[in-house]
Amino acid sequence: MQKLTKEIQDTAKKLLEENKVDLVVGFAKGSLPLRSTPYFARTAEQAEELVWNQFCENNLANYLKKREEKVAVVAKGCDIRAIVALIKENQINRDNLYIIGVTCQGMIDRNKADELVNGKEILETETNGEEIVLKGKDLEQKAKVEELLYDTCTRCAYGNPVIYDELIGEEQPAKEPNFEDIEKFEALSAEERAQYLAKEMEKCIRCYACRNACPMCYCDTCFVDESTPQWISKRANSAKDNLIFQGVRVFHQLGRCADCGACERACPMGINLSLLTRKGVKDVKETYGYEAGLNPDDKPVLSDFETDDPQPFLMKE
Amino acid sequence: MIINKSEIAGLLDNLVKEYRVYAPVQKDGIVTFEQINEGTQAKPGATSKKPPKEILFPQSEELFNYQVDSQGLRMEDKIDDTKSVAFGVRPCDAKSMMLLDNVFHNDEYEDVYYTTRRKNTLIISVGCNQPASTCFCTSVGSSPFDTDGSDVLLTDIGDSYLAEAITEQGKEFLCKLNLPASDDQAKTKAEETKKQAQLTSEVDTTGIKEKLDDMFDHPYWESLYEKCLGCGACTYLCPTCHCFDIADEAKDCAGCRVRNWDSCMFPLFTLHGSGHNPRTSGKERWRQRAMHKFNYFVERYNASACVGCGRCIKNCPVNLDIRQVIADIKAQPLE
Repeated sequence: MQKLTKEIQDTAKKLLEENKVDLVVGFAKGSLPLRSTPYFARTAEQAEELVWNQFCENNLANYLKKREEKVAVVAKGCDIRAIVALIKENQINRDNLYIIGVTCQGMIDRNKADELVNGKEILETETNGEEIVLKGKDLEQKAKVEELLYDTCTRCAYGNPVIYDELIGEEQPAKEPNFEDIEKFEALSAEERAQYLAKEMEKCIRCYACRNACPMCYCDTCFVDESTPQWISKRANSAKDNLIFQGVRVFHQLGRCADCGACERACPMGINLSLLTRKGVKDVKETYGYEAGLNPDDKPVLSDFETDDPQPFLMKE
Repeated sequence: MIINKSEIAGLLDNLVKEYRVYAPVQKDGIVTFEQINEGTQAKPGATSKKPPKEILFPQSEELFNYQVDSQGLRMEDKIDDTKSVAFGVRPCDAKSMMLLDNVFHNDEYEDVYYTTRRKNTLIISVGCNQPASTCFCTSVGSSPFDTDGSDVLLTDIGDSYLAEAITEQGKEFLCKLNLPASDDQAKTKAEETKKQAQLTSEVDTTGIKEKLDDMFDHPYWESLYEKCLGCGACTYLCPTCHCFDIADEAKDCAGCRVRNWDSCMFPLFTLHGSGHNPRTSGKERWRQRAMHKFNYFVERYNASACVGCGRCIKNCPVNLDIRQVIADIKAQPLE
């Protein structure tokens, strides 16, 4: 990881010194264990703050929309999928963007680490290759990095960036997307699914961290914020309305969601949000053979049609 | 007085018969402050993810119902005067309630919904033997065993709690429980425990109010908000944030007026009816958040609107750390 950090810093410094970009968006060391934090470097000196490790959990595509200046971004596979999708939607100008792609083995889930140490406070960590040591007062817990990764990361097949201007890190072995979690949920009865979702939605506090962390959520005014008409109740204690919020968000993400898990990572209440987004990702893949943000040259699947469409209603006069 | 830990559940069972009892409850890996029906549900000593301010100031509350029919207009106030006990509140959260009192009951205004609940709610706090690394209460005028805002303070001394009455109501409440008196040994243990509770996180807040007096137009605000997502996790999990929005929910001739928490981090927060928004970007919103906590509130009520609980630090999706913000503000050069 130190090697990657050095390479990222050197690349960023060079880009800034040669005035190829005005800004490098990446990660810096966070203020808490198991955290890195989004960072904006505008000088070579600031570029020395950039880091790369398995705590770089945020999707930085979020910070690239509608930028006027020339920007470089330190981006992992899922960030780049979102970038590709946003370029198609004219939110990012590819000509002004320099992508420093970083191959990714997955990011560490802070909640899993907390669960493992059973309520003790993690104050420090030490990573030795495949192993991480979680340290605190009366605490020294070893764990396999692999076991602490976010679920979205363990099921991700895109550790190798799909587009980039420069690639850092070793190529990751090819993997197939895995939807076992969704298959398991689909196998439940309608009643069981409704019960599970109601329980999850009861936790929601309507802080909208999920929506705001999502690179693909960029409506000028989200429908939940409308007041004339008010589509759904503003009350957080209404699990039904919370489900409408999440449900509509998922529908709006169909064919667009990059399956990065940013929504779930941002949620302070631990709601299983990727269950809903990934159901959408799976359905779009099965129905149209399409996954968002993989191919810079195709059209977004739900914005496209063909004249020999098997369902002729689109072509009827 | 002494309360044996093994007797807590039974004690709460008795309280449930007479009061509405709130306590920290562990559910799905998250601790929330909830109404309990039996003592075993409570997890005293745990810090809730969402602060217990919602006992007094719920995230969503119906203020009144109304109905118009042939008889005319009928309105029904929804003032809640149920006798309640909040058990296992953290001292920082109890302190936040004192700060909220300033807002909801002052010379100009009394919020009857809040004050009625406040008058009818006893606050039983549990001091913090082991403050977290994100706690910085001592930097903002509080401490792990602060008694401000509590009616009774419990100190964890191993197998039992030492209970101290802080207010008259607390004294009456403890008398009714018929608890054994505390001996010298327990008192000494409690004193030692209090001394040993050390914070590892400190932020120098001296002079921050005066510094901010001159910082409204400072370039610092241009960079502070850059990584902020503009969500409400920090404000909704903050024990002292208290901004709200009013919504009417009506169908035909009947409806109710609802008060919901609002957040200064949202673009809608100050959106005018005209469409104009004086706080157009995260810059103005973050400035408002910092100013409200460490300048306006201090000016009005002589205390910062931050109790150092660390919830915003732990739960910010992008690790924007308020301690760093305070340090940065202090370090900014003034023109």
